[in-house]
Amino acid sequence: MSEYILQLKNISKYFFGVPALKNINLELRKGKMLGLIGENGAGKSTMMNIIGGVIKADEGSMVLKGEEYQPDGPGEATDAGITFIHQELNLFTNLSIEENIYISSFPTIGRLPVISKGAIRTKTRELLDSIDLKLSPDILVEKLSPGERQLVEIAKALSSKPDIIIFDEPTTSLTARETKKLFELINKLRDQGISMIYISHILDDVLNLVDDIVVLKDGEVTDKGAKQDFSIQRMVSSMVGRDLEQMYPERTSKPSNEVVLEVSNLSQSGTIHDVSFKLHKGEILGVFGLMGSGRTEMARIIFGLDPYESGEIAVDGKKITKSSPQNSIRNRIAFVTENRREEGLLMHSTILDNIQLVSLREYAKTILKIVDSKKVTESIKDVVKMLKVKSGPVEKTAPKSLSGGNQQKVVIGKWVMAKPKIFMVDEPTRGIDVGAKYEVYTILNQFASEGSGVLIISSEIEELIGVCDRILVMSKGEIVGEFSASEFDKERIVGSAFRQNVRC
Amino acid sequence: MSKTAIKFKLAILKNTPFILFVCIFIIFGILSPKFFQYENFENIATSASYIGIVTVGMTFVLLTAGIDLSVGSNMFLSASIAGLLIRDLNAPIWLALLCAVLVGTLYGGINAFFIVKLRILPFLVTLSTLVAGRGLGLLITKSQGVTLPESISNWGAVRVVGLPVPIIIYAVIALIAHLFLKFFPMGRQIYAIGNDPEAAKKAGLNTDRSIAFVYIISGLLAAIAGIVSVSQMGIVNAGFGDGDEFDAIAAAVLGGTSLFGGIGTIFPGAVIGTILIQMVQAGLVYTQVDMYIQPLIQAAVIFVAVFLDSIRSREISKIEKRHIRVEN
Repeated sequence: MSEYILQLKNISKYFFGVPALKNINLELRKGKMLGLIGENGAGKSTMMNIIGGVIKADEGSMVLKGEEYQPDGPGEATDAGITFIHQELNLFTNLSIEENIYISSFPTIGRLPVISKGAIRTKTRELLDSIDLKLSPDILVEKLSPGERQLVEIAKALSSKPDIIIFDEPTTSLTARETKKLFELINKLRDQGISMIYISHILDDVLNLVDDIVVLKDGEVTDKGAKQDFSIQRMVSSMVGRDLEQMYPERTSKPSNEVVLEVSNLSQSGTIHDVSFKLHKGEILGVFGLMGSGRTEMARIIFGLDPYESGEIAVDGKKITKSSPQNSIRNRIAFVTENRREEGLLMHSTILDNIQLVSLREYAKTILKIVDSKKVTESIKDVVKMLKVKSGPVEKTAPKSLSGGNQQKVVIGKWVMAKPKIFMVDEPTRGIDVGAKYEVYTILNQFASEGSGVLIISSEIEELIGVCDRILVMSKGEIVGEFSASEFDKERIVGSAFRQNVRC
Repeated sequence: MSKTAIKFKLAILKNTPFILFVCIFIIFGILSPKFFQYENFENIATSASYIGIVTVGMTFVLLTAGIDLSVGSNMFLSASIAGLLIRDLNAPIWLALLCAVLVGTLYGGINAFFIVKLRILPFLVTLSTLVAGRGLGLLITKSQGVTLPESISNWGAVRVVGLPVPIIIYAVIALIAHLFLKFFPMGRQIYAIGNDPEAAKKAGLNTDRSIAFVYIISGLLAAIAGIVSVSQMGIVNAGFGDGDEFDAIAAAVLGGTSLFGGIGTIFPGAVIGTILIQMVQAGLVYTQVDMYIQPLIQAAVIFVAVFLDSIRSREISKIEKRHIRVEN
């Protein structure tokens, strides 16, 4: 038997004559972990769907455990020993952990179609013990944190006793600690002899975890080899197809001394406490903090989505008396939320409808307030062009068919149309590829150079150091540190975000 | 708020339907002492039984985030056919009733076909079959009431182990449905489909089969409800079952079933909801409220219950939300 558990030989796939995968050759070594990287749209999901039996390849063959492998439907892939951990969790929040794990194959009492509560409980306990998750099997999934839910997904995957597990961006919604725990578990599974494919945009993680690396670009394998031979630099250049000298664009402007947003002593019990800061015109201000440090809550309060009990928010020196999203939009505050799928986009509407959403009022100038749709469409096409959104016609294409990076550009485009003075973005580059990240940073830079104040919330410290003029650090709902560009130091910033956690 | 206070609040919020039930019960009792008599309870339960059976089927449908507006017409059509078979063709009663049940099941099957195979929205499908079913019923009965023989209208009053038969039929159906949803794989899968149909498909569940199943069950139970109702009234007239679909939806929602799918129970949910609605109707009669004002009060009760329910889910999620800061 060969050292490979799964081999793809000359796999090609065409959609309406357009090649999505061209002559893919790929080997997964037994008991090893393969890192699969590539930009959005490089063909990773197509390839995974072929392995998972969701779609069929047009050319080429696959060999699993030495035998020809031609799955017909996801069920056969599972039976053959291949399971997936998807980026979006596929759990039913209204059911318990044990019911989620066995939803498609409940253990029954003898031949009766009755669920054996005893069997399901014992089996689930064993699974949860094996991944060191200390939760009762009958807890409803809606009560679990994102990290715990991810582990339940893994328990579910393990319930079918797989030989191969494929992870697709498993860390996007996890905190640093949960991610660490997940990695420990992944290493443990590898020690048990399970082979894995790990797909991620977080190149550091890939480099830390895997044994081999395969790089996809435009449907072709552009680079592959053992991890030891790879550096981040090499990964990036193979992915993008050129050397990306810089991860971050050059700043072209300097912040002014004029304050555009001033927050003083803002408090709301349960979330934030005594938050004060100033945002200047032309400044890019970063907010760093761990998940659950109150950063998102702070932005939501400033934008008027959530109430506050005490403190003041002033825009251009004028105190905001009634805080609501409508007033914020009128005051030219923009807010790109961290969850673009659920909060930022109307997934099934067109790009056009999405982008015009907040600025329709501006295009309804006549007495009757009828929207000048021709003018709107023109402006939107300009925005789409400026942001380099890769999509079909804006009147017909829906965001759900776009890649993550292009979806994010549509969300940003919505606010570009509204010409904001204050631009708040929450995790703007989560789950999008290197190239699209660079473009997002460029857009933020452009806002700053045009005199807007930009507030960027992120848990990627390198990103903040790369693009910001100043960084605030939040922990447990309070601002615990402030660093100006000259004081930027990764260790110190991360340390200050952790400090309070350590002390308590 | 202290920890025990929060726990107390949670307990109240989680049992709102039940508390509302007890409150209304006591209010009617104070207004009219006769309300507390055993005969009255039995009356309420007997008249609740047919709507209760429809509500069980409706709960199945609502759990998948669907809706079945055709149940009232289904009751009318299947009961009419049974009546005509007996009256005009001298069919034996058992055969007529069996035919009624088959017609009702087929009716549900037609709904299921349009919804699952042709992918038409449940609301539109069942709205169409609501109109079509009643139309067909009126056509075959020539809009005239069909009187059933006394042998049928009598057994509505028959007692088994001291209880009227309608109550027993209802209790058995509710029990089976409850056990099915709680302990059968398909029951749990229905909850999964209502929660996230996409994820259910990805988990390899046969979602089409489960969705077809709930509409067929709803049709079957509507036919049984029709028979139970006929056994109490003795006649199927043109307005038979008209509007009952809304009583059933209201009862299910009062019992905590979500119109968005995935949330709801037969017991206590659907059962409490049904009895609550029936109790308000009976209570209004006992307290001699003007007949024309009764519907308004009923509507007010439904509105208050649904309103409380929306406040309650918001409050529960607020309490159970994880806190970032622990304030002293």
